[in-house]
Amino acid sequence: MSFDSARAYRLHPQVALRPEPFGALAYHYGNRKLVFLRAPELVELVRELDQHPSADEALAGLPEARRTAFRKALASLSGSGMITETTHD
Amino acid sequence: MTEALTVQLKAGLDAPICLTWELTYSCNLACIHCLSSSGRRDPNELSTAEAMAVIDELAAMSVFYVNVGGGEPTIRPDFFELLDYSVAKGVGVKFSTNGSRIGHTEAARLAGTDYVDVQISVDGATAETNDRVRGEGSFAVARRAMDNLAGAGFGPFKISAVMTRHNVPELDGLAELADGYGAELRLTRLRPSGRGVDSWAELHPTQDQQRELYHWLLERPGVLTGDSFFHLSALGESLPGLNLCGAGRVVCLIDPVGDVYACPFVLHPEFRAGSVRDPGGFESVWRTSELFAGLRQPASAGACASCGSYDACQGGCMAAKFFTGLPLDGPDPECVFGHGADALATVAAGTVPSPGPGHSKPVRLSLSRRR
Ligand code: SF4
Ligand code: SF4
Repeated sequence: MSFDSARAYRLHPQVALRPEPFGALAYHYGNRKLVFLRAPELVELVRELDQHPSADEALAGLPEARRTAFRKALASLSGSGMITETTHD
Repeated sequence: MTEALTVQLKAGLDAPICLTWELTYSCNLACIHCLSSSGRRDPNELSTAEAMAVIDELAAMSVFYVNVGGGEPTIRPDFFELLDYSVAKGVGVKFSTNGSRIGHTEAARLAGTDYVDVQISVDGATAETNDRVRGEGSFAVARRAMDNLAGAGFGPFKISAVMTRHNVPELDGLAELADGYGAELRLTRLRPSGRGVDSWAELHPTQDQQRELYHWLLERPGVLTGDSFFHLSALGESLPGLNLCGAGRVVCLIDPVGDVYACPFVLHPEFRAGSVRDPGGFESVWRTSELFAGLRQPASAGACASCGSYDACQGGCMAAKFFTGLPLDGPDPECVFGHGADALATVAAGTVPSPGPGHSKPVRLSLSRRR
């Protein structure tokens, strides 16, 4: 499923984040992928993703200049399974 | 997001990404290129309690997984106990084995454990090629372990080969072997470490084979390499992965007696950073050792400075240079432009560092047909 920023996302429950000087490392215990999150603001965005009704609204709090880059980062994180769409039942 | 990732990684991380832990020097085989000169168990090996304390520390540092090796790690009577303990603490286990102890029971047990990856070592796609390096009968043993894992429904395990002059012609055969099991293929570079110091000269791939391997890998980005062939990136397009020597920066080794080294291929006093038995434990070795602090400083390119490929190749592998007697700030012995071979010719006999006594069995059985 491709990334749709109008939908709600959250960190995949099998993903662990480890703070590092440059941001954080994210490791997915399920698919064994390791990803570098190379900005502290991106780490914060990812951590708090589930508190927003959509990825767009989570991005809205960021300065315009960073929004595009971070939207791309989220798309790539969704592609590697690090973040996943929140399903409501 | 300004600095290049490699620049940030070179300065070191709060915890390693690629931590190898050799659980024992004991091994039932005597591969002629063994990086740790394994054979005999070291009587000073970490106890079960000490090993568990190390796992506790790794968990606290958020080390996501450890690469467990040896020797043959499954020889330790507490192997499964440590594996379960580690997984329960959230430290995944990726372990390498020669397969000799992966019977039906063990395969079923592994299939039922999350966060464990198994890597079976073979050094060729045929018994003939494999056994000349790993010993008579070792290919059949590895195949039986693969059959057992497949039979137990383990899922995609890994088949791991160290590339040598003899098995480069079998690259396609190795890929077929892996495909036949639905396994992942992992190829790594032969380094002159441990018993490999003696066998490297006759085993390492030729220049032509290095090119062949480079092109083969470029076409198959799905083949795992542990980023070990980055010296080949000097040939053109970079291979996928991190192009840098991670020793002491993102890589390190804990040996069976708890000594911490910069990387699995530099088991030598010069690259020993400390011990997990020291008062501050592993964490303090990783974060405060002088050796690691030095390795995290920007390195000089030395004789490679004038090479247009330095950005891609970074001068290659520190271990390979060290154990062939080359300066650490010059070309890799397998420099694709031949500068290493030229430099090797000038290394004076007797000046090459010795890998030390190691743990080879006193009388090495002649398992291989060495010419
Ligand atoms: S010394 Fe060689 S094997 Fe060790 S981390 Fe550096 S490049 Fe890799
Ligand atoms: S001269 Fe040095 S940097 Fe250039 S390809 Fe050879 S080893 Fe790599």
